[in-house]
Amino acid sequence: MIRKIYLIGNPNVGKSVVFSRLTGVHVISSNYPGTTIEFIKGYLTLGNERIEVVDLPGTYSLEPASSAEKVALSLLSEYPKDEIAVVNIIDSTNLERNLLLTLQLIEEGFPTIACLNMCDDAVHRGVNLDFKKLEDILHIPVIPTCAVTGVGIRLLIERIKEAAPASRHKLSHEERWKEIGLIIEEVQRLEHRHHRLREILEDASVRPLTGLVMAAGVIYSSFKIVRFIGEFIINKITDPFFYGTVQPLLERLTLYWQEKSFLFHLLIGDLVNGKIDFKQSLGVLTTAPYIEFGMVLPYVISFYFVLSILEDIGYLPRLAILLDNVLHHLGLHGYAIIPVLLGFGCNVPGILSTRVLESKRERFIASTIISIGVPCVPLQAMIVGLLGAFGGFYVGGVYLTLFLIILVLGTILNRALPGYSPEFLLEIPPYRFPPLDILARKLYFRVKGFVFEAVPIVLAGVLVINILLYFKLFDAVTAVFAPVVQGLFGLPKGAIVALAIGFLRKDVAVGMLAPLGLSAKQLFIAATLLAVSFPCVATFIILWKELGLKDLVKSVLIMITVTIIVGTALNFVILR
Amino acid sequence: MKKVSLVHLKANHKGRVSEILGGAGLQHRLMSMGIYAGKEIVKLSYVGLRGPVVIKVGRSVLALGHGVALKIMVETQ
Repeated sequence: MIRKIYLIGNPNVGKSVVFSRLTGVHVISSNYPGTTIEFIKGYLTLGNERIEVVDLPGTYSLEPASSAEKVALSLLSEYPKDEIAVVNIIDSTNLERNLLLTLQLIEEGFPTIACLNMCDDAVHRGVNLDFKKLEDILHIPVIPTCAVTGVGIRLLIERIKEAAPASRHKLSHEERWKEIGLIIEEVQRLEHRHHRLREILEDASVRPLTGLVMAAGVIYSSFKIVRFIGEFIINKITDPFFYGTVQPLLERLTLYWQEKSFLFHLLIGDLVNGKIDFKQSLGVLTTAPYIEFGMVLPYVISFYFVLSILEDIGYLPRLAILLDNVLHHLGLHGYAIIPVLLGFGCNVPGILSTRVLESKRERFIASTIISIGVPCVPLQAMIVGLLGAFGGFYVGGVYLTLFLIILVLGTILNRALPGYSPEFLLEIPPYRFPPLDILARKLYFRVKGFVFEAVPIVLAGVLVINILLYFKLFDAVTAVFAPVVQGLFGLPKGAIVALAIGFLRKDVAVGMLAPLGLSAKQLFIAATLLAVSFPCVATFIILWKELGLKDLVKSVLIMITVTIIVGTALNFVILR
Repeated sequence: MKKVSLVHLKANHKGRVSEILGGAGLQHRLMSMGIYAGKEIVKLSYVGLRGPVVIKVGRSVLALGHGVALKIMVETQ
């Protein structure tokens, strides 16, 4: 009787896509190794039974090399071997490398079934496999699939119960590779194909000169596309909706309300020149939804649209190669660019994905750098929205400042912390072009995740803030921090509340700055400090979970120090 | 026959891995990715400035940090 099904395979063979197909549970999958850092569970109905399916992080062999692999392998021994089925997902375009794990699984006596995924891509690349022969050699079921389109999944489900231990002698790694060489000769036939555009681009992106040109082009056009789509949504959809529909409706509703009443203050906020101002009124029904849906959501959509495309095509590991050298100076290696890029969407998944890095030291440096120097999309959208009004120069200035902070801080951490930066060792996936519906689903789930996580916090947050403001309960906090914020950072007292609210949510915090009438310089400093200072509470909790209490305290002390230095420096030295 | 490290092998040249000068951990990691003594590889590129070396092993493309690449010795014609 099968009580549990495990999906196991090398990194980046499409385990998560197979998992989604088997269980209907959507998980984020990308074209680079290490997308799944935690094991994920779902259920598959087999006959009348509901069996738990576990998607394990990718691993090259049964002896773990990273913490993610350790997790994968410890789970495999949770149940007795006769109560589980192991689905070994294999990249058909690269059978040779994948077979090492397969042989190990069989040798260890796991009831294994091999799923030869991406078989359509193999055909495109001129790799012909004899599945029947492979089945005869390995003595386990072998099923060709193409998980992104769903081909072969039904057969895979039907044959899962055939998974049974096959007998095989235990070999050493050398012997195994020799054995694999023989198997490959039997079952794989390569057709010679001329280099096509895809292969030419794959090659060009890892060569120094063409690679840098391509990287510059990709980064520049990504920025442009994110801006373009974001602005398009704001100008054509959300702004017309808020100003054309919501505003007249709210104004009619509140026609007879007392402007100074408590409820009016909570829901609508302060009127600006007798009118609702979505950016400044600060009401639960005015500014709160406008910040989330009118300013942030458009950029969440456009950012994840572009990121998802880059992820699925498989460009990001190539960027990692080119940046390896720079990141070494920060105590990291090239692959750290992936957590950093994810951090630009939201710091939480960014810090979670630092698990792809090997050492605790690297994870500490990467997490601290992300919390300090990488602004999330909501914060960036608000900075663009508010500071952008003073000119793109200031927005660029914030990015430049943060970039310099990352470089300096990373270099200092690398010198100060004991240990060394481990070496880069990464498989570079081929370019793949995912079907549009897979991309659309990924974008949908990411945007949905944002809406469900952010909106309740923002609405509740603005409500609580308004109550506290109404009863003047912030005054105590303001009094304590006034000397630092006023004296060192040159910001008015009102900005203290906004900076404090940054702990709740960064976008609301920038929103709180809007009614203060700050000068360009003050807004520039406040926006930079919001990025640099404390992370929001969600990030804070993840940092705690990932780093442990001791390193969290260390990280927080670094944040406070950087905040004070940067705030003071910007105020006195640079912008005088 | 010349014996050089992967860093010094010329781009677009073939070589056969002769020795891996690392500890057991590195040897094991490389082994599970298909790099071991006797295996034929092709060097695709070197980013330069102590950056990574990109090689092709079988059908996989791998990027190896400069330090790792220095430890992999290959024999070449």
